[in-house]
Amino acid sequence: MKIEKILLAGNPNVGKSAIFSRLTGAKVMISNYPGTTVEFTQGNMKLGDENVMIIDVPGTYTLEPTCKAEDVACRMVKEGGLVINIIDATNLERNLYLTLELLEKDIPVIVALNMWDDTKHRGIHIDIKKLEEQLGVPVVSTCCLTGEGIKELINRLPEAKALKATVYSDGQKWERIGRIIEEVQRLTHRHHTLLEILEDLSIKPLTGLPIALGVIYCAFWIVRFIGENLIGYIFQPLFTRLWLPLMMKLSVLLREGTFLHHIVIGNLIDGKIDFGQSFGILTTGLFLPIAMILPYIFSFYLILGVLEDLGYLPRLAVLADNLMHHLGLHGYAIIPFILGLGCNVPGALATRVLEERREKFIAATLMAIAIPCMAQIAMIVGIVGQRGGKYVAIVFGTLFFLLIIKGLILNKILKGVSPEILVEIPPYRMPQATAVIKKLWMRLSGFLREALPFVLLGVFFVNILYALKVIDFFTYIFSPILTNLWGLPQEAIGALIVGFLRKDVAVGMLGLLNLTTKQLVIGSTILAVYFPCIATFVVLIRELGVKDMLKATLIMVVVALSVGTMLNLFLS
Amino acid sequence: MIIDLTQMQPGEIGAIVEIHGGQGMIKRLQSMGIRPGKKIAKVSSHFWRGPQTVEIGNMQVTVGFGMAKRILVEVKR
Ligand SMILES: Nc1nc2c(ncn2[C@@H]2O[C@H](COP(=O)(O)OP(=O)(O)OP(=O)(O)O)[C@@H](O)[C@H]2O)c(=O)[nH]1
Ligand SMILES: [Mg+2]
Repeated sequence: MKIEKILLAGNPNVGKSAIFSRLTGAKVMISNYPGTTVEFTQGNMKLGDENVMIIDVPGTYTLEPTCKAEDVACRMVKEGGLVINIIDATNLERNLYLTLELLEKDIPVIVALNMWDDTKHRGIHIDIKKLEEQLGVPVVSTCCLTGEGIKELINRLPEAKALKATVYSDGQKWERIGRIIEEVQRLTHRHHTLLEILEDLSIKPLTGLPIALGVIYCAFWIVRFIGENLIGYIFQPLFTRLWLPLMMKLSVLLREGTFLHHIVIGNLIDGKIDFGQSFGILTTGLFLPIAMILPYIFSFYLILGVLEDLGYLPRLAVLADNLMHHLGLHGYAIIPFILGLGCNVPGALATRVLEERREKFIAATLMAIAIPCMAQIAMIVGIVGQRGGKYVAIVFGTLFFLLIIKGLILNKILKGVSPEILVEIPPYRMPQATAVIKKLWMRLSGFLREALPFVLLGVFFVNILYALKVIDFFTYIFSPILTNLWGLPQEAIGALIVGFLRKDVAVGMLGLLNLTTKQLVIGSTILAVYFPCIATFVVLIRELGVKDMLKATLIMVVVALSVGTMLNLFLS
Repeated sequence: MIIDLTQMQPGEIGAIVEIHGGQGMIKRLQSMGIRPGKKIAKVSSHFWRGPQTVEIGNMQVTVGFGMAKRILVEVKR
């Protein structure tokens, strides 16, 4: 038999992506919560002389999908190929349901008993030989932390068998699973570990809520601490000591006043380059993403990675469930929100774990309006922060307030009710330094690859905009709104236009306009809410459909108009 | 004595006897291993009709209040 395509199928959070990464060497997101993978990822593996395509799919409990992520998984299985059914060996019974479903299909199956290392601490003994006999397909134990069993899994791929077993009812399946478990699994007594005691404490409300507040507070504190110090002690000095002299030489070479100088170096402020204000591609264009934003992206994803791998996010979701219900969501919608704080694009994708359309719509709209991404946060902290921490607090406070109000309203006016949370809470796992660093690196390089070009483009665009006087046209149309409703100067239109492309560059542009503190606060708040950046917009169209996205856009415009006006009236 | 899941005390152990609800919900719960006959332990319950966390087998699952109301459990009291 020739193997052409291999699918990794299994319940959520059993280590499919971890096995995928072991088999292909490709980098994918691996985190300790169900619903990490929401889209399929392709990779390649050498099998003998052949190149085989491997596909990592979202986790699913059954072949009857209940949300978009599961739907992706089920469709992939229908398309066929060899299936490696990955099972969490510490939850054999539950996992076997999907296995039996898979065995009924006409596709070759091989079973990987993953998390094999964990069975030892948990006092679980599984007789692999017997399990193999019972199922009728090969079973291999694997551990992704050490790579144990992966070789054997690869070697035994050709033994995978398509049983096309008789289709049984659910009841019969569970009976059969009961018999299999009886036969192959033995449990021994063991003591609770420290991590398990922490698991209990962090999910019980009386201890869990204070812990959650503590964790969130510490997380923000650490993100800020690392971000600020990286900027202050490393990136800013690097730019001023090493890059500035080079740029000054280049400036002389290009001669101030020429078009090229304008694009590359930008304006000289009192005869000098100012990295925040010059707005040339090689000055502000590089300084902004690397010295102002990257440090915060680094510290945010470092902390997020640790929390993800520990398995804290689902617990936070449970604690937030009550509040989220008032917004028309359930607790698990906090996952897209948290990911959205890093970048709205993965946040928008993560709404796929939500079951219903209404819920997805609310979550996506709320995120696009009220959850600024880390690049934008860094810029707001950097620019509004110069006027005082209080004003940064006003911007974020307003956004949070909007999140709540908008959720309450949408929940009231949209037909339907929010579905209830139903989610598996994974055990705490000690985050592994190498895994955390790998993931951090993936995200950082993702930022440099995908965001940096857009930032440069944005800065370039700013210059073109002014050079071609396109801006005058927009100024003419929108100045009534800008000046009368929001109290902003006409020139702020440039920032709003660039904001479609990159919000961070747009906030940077506000810094050029000599705004009053009040105007700066209003401007950065409006930039956050009026529209998602283009990258998020494209993903949202795909996820919500054109019609819902139009609705969402309308909501955003209304919110931007009213919030801007409100702030203008009430701030002094 | 038979009660629903929300009435179990944290730490209490019981066995699921019945789940009321639509086919879809029952199937979904089942596929996660929540089905009649299973031993179940309550871990925690949140205020204001909040989510209920239980332990089944080796796994912890959080179930919304309304769903938990429809899961009937036999406990010794
Ligand atoms: N101890 C142990 N942990 C593992 C093993 N394999 C994976 N993990 C951890 O289990 C968690 C889930 O791994 P993923 O690969 O993201 O799981 P997944 O099946 O792709 O999850 P979804 O994409 O959410 O369906 C991560 O924290 C991994 O580090 C293993 O063999 N042993
Ligand atoms: Mg995955």
